[in-house]
Amino acid sequence: MTDQNGAQPLLEMRGINTHYGAVHILKDVDLAIYPGELVCLLGGNASGKSTTLKTLLGMVEPSSGEVVLDGEVVNGKPTSYLVERGVTMVPENRRLFKRLSVLENLELGAYLRNDRDGIDEDLERVYDMFPRVKERLNQKSGTLSGGEQQMVAMGRALMARPRVLLMDEPSMGLAPALVQTNFELIQQIHQEGVAIFMVEQNANMALSIADRGWVLQTGRVVLDDTADKLLANPDLRASYLGEG
Amino acid sequence: MTAAIRQRVRPRTAVDRFLTFLRFALTALVVFGLFAFLVQQFVGPDNPLTRFLNEDANRLDWDAFRGLLVSGLSQGSMYGLIALGYSMVYGVLGFINFAHGEVFMVGAMTGLITSNKLFEAGVWDDAFPVAILIAVLVSTICATLTAVLMERIAYRPLRGAPRLIPLITSIGVSFFIQNTSALLLGPGAKRYPLLPQWLRDDRGPTWLRIGGQKILVIVVAAAAMAALWYLVERTKTGKAMRAVAEDKEIASLMGIDVDRTIVTTFAIGGAMAGIAGILWGILFGSVTEFTGFLPGIKAFSAAVVGGIGNLGGAMAGGLTLGGSESLAPQLILEPLGVTGHTQLKDAVAFLVLIYVLLVRPTGLFGERLSAEDRA
Ligand SMILES: Nc1ncnc2c1ncn2[C@@H]1O[C@H](COP(=O)(O)OP(=O)(O)OP(=O)(O)O)[C@@H](O)[C@H]1O
Ligand SMILES: [Mg+2]
Repeated sequence: MTDQNGAQPLLEMRGINTHYGAVHILKDVDLAIYPGELVCLLGGNASGKSTTLKTLLGMVEPSSGEVVLDGEVVNGKPTSYLVERGVTMVPENRRLFKRLSVLENLELGAYLRNDRDGIDEDLERVYDMFPRVKERLNQKSGTLSGGEQQMVAMGRALMARPRVLLMDEPSMGLAPALVQTNFELIQQIHQEGVAIFMVEQNANMALSIADRGWVLQTGRVVLDDTADKLLANPDLRASYLGEG
Repeated sequence: MTAAIRQRVRPRTAVDRFLTFLRFALTALVVFGLFAFLVQQFVGPDNPLTRFLNEDANRLDWDAFRGLLVSGLSQGSMYGLIALGYSMVYGVLGFINFAHGEVFMVGAMTGLITSNKLFEAGVWDDAFPVAILIAVLVSTICATLTAVLMERIAYRPLRGAPRLIPLITSIGVSFFIQNTSALLLGPGAKRYPLLPQWLRDDRGPTWLRIGGQKILVIVVAAAAMAALWYLVERTKTGKAMRAVAEDKEIASLMGIDVDRTIVTTFAIGGAMAGIAGILWGILFGSVTEFTGFLPGIKAFSAAVVGGIGNLGGAMAGGLTLGGSESLAPQLILEPLGVTGHTQLKDAVAFLVLIYVLLVRPTGLFGERLSAEDRA
């Protein structure tokens, strides 16, 4: 694994195995995210991408291996422990609290924070980033369009003021034009200093903005390289799409 | 949309026809009953419609009507308070906690013990407001503890099991609490000390004189509901409760402690039932170990009538049920000549439940469940 100037990884997985019941999903997965990076995890359906993110956050308990945050093993700690320390996620399919208003969703993103001023500041930041969201603060989030829900889901995650943001297929269900805007937003968040770990089906798009990437196949990391090399790698399409 | 299409395509079965018949029959009962009542009230006994009337029916004067309405509402507000607990637990865990009626009984019982102790100490008569405050506090705390222990001991180990399992467990918990009460305090009815005379006096302007204890019950219930509404809608804890009710996994991703929030939900539901318990004691003056049963079932009905999972609905359902079971016998059944109408209170409550379920299956304020929510 590439060590960036000998810096300590922000978030790391070491030899992780995860099971759902008797089904073995993740097999000896190693990966590391360094501060300020933008990395992506690619893989076909059911390859275990979402499971990787959930294992990182402690939402799923690995059967062996270590999840390490800032050098500390955090296996078995509740999700809130990681969220408090700056790890959060934009979940697959957005998963807003549909019966709650947009504002309440955003506020829940900052659930563990008590700095009223900082929260207000971050709310303003989210409004700047997504002016549409500001117009709909008191609307129930379930009544928003898919694109608007994606904005609220990103805003909600940003309200936790994360150091590393996990994103599970952020462009799923978005119109092509929106996908482009969405990737630009991700880059913008990244430029503000947030490390991003993105799961994507859209390999070309994801690799074009990422520093590094991994390819997961039936729960195993089969490729681990810089984004440029992955893009140039003829094996990528073969392994990733299961072609050839 | 697909659901609507599927419904239209589904052939009407004998059951559908029977349900439609029931719907019409109950509507007709209400309409004819009210019509007969109005005739009886305003046309007098010697009118051509007499044969529709109950010959022995008495006109209902304003005082009697008001009395029934106020009793109905005060009892209904207690149903509402209990219903909140059913509704909140259903919202968060998706099962009906049938032992919730027993939490109410524990409130009434501990309220009774406290009041009797305070009576013996002379505080009850000398400083009633202090005494009632202590009694409310004690019964609220005991009911809250009961609900919390219930969750911790009986339901938490079953988290993740199919919903039928905690439901059946709750019936067992219910028997356990009833029998524990009989064992500790002896079976049978126990009496609350007599309320001081100044409280029992009727109050208010002449056209609206109401027994003081009923005013007390309605005021305390309204205050408790207002406090609950504030807690759920306006505080961080309430927001966490609503988030957990909707999506536990994402709630935990927000950093919410899901287990603790579930305990909080039980605790708040328990507190509401405890308050209802002591109010019940004040209103009816006696408690048995079975006191939790019928009010519990009616409160559950109230929660369903209002739309289960909806807190405003629970309160509205309670008042609807309490009001109709108190008024309908005189307003609808007596004019139709139904015999023994005063004994049909409980039947009326459940008929209201059936009627609401027939006409609006989601309850008065319930949201239409999507297929995935219902699964
Ligand atoms: N809670 C669960 N219980 C049992 N099996 C599960 C559970 N969640 C996921 N799985 C299984 O684990 C495998 C990997 O799922 P995962 O969601 O991680 O895939 P993914 O790579 O994110 O796929 P997609 O691209 O379709 O989102 C799948 O076969 C899935 O059926
Ligand atoms: Mg996935």
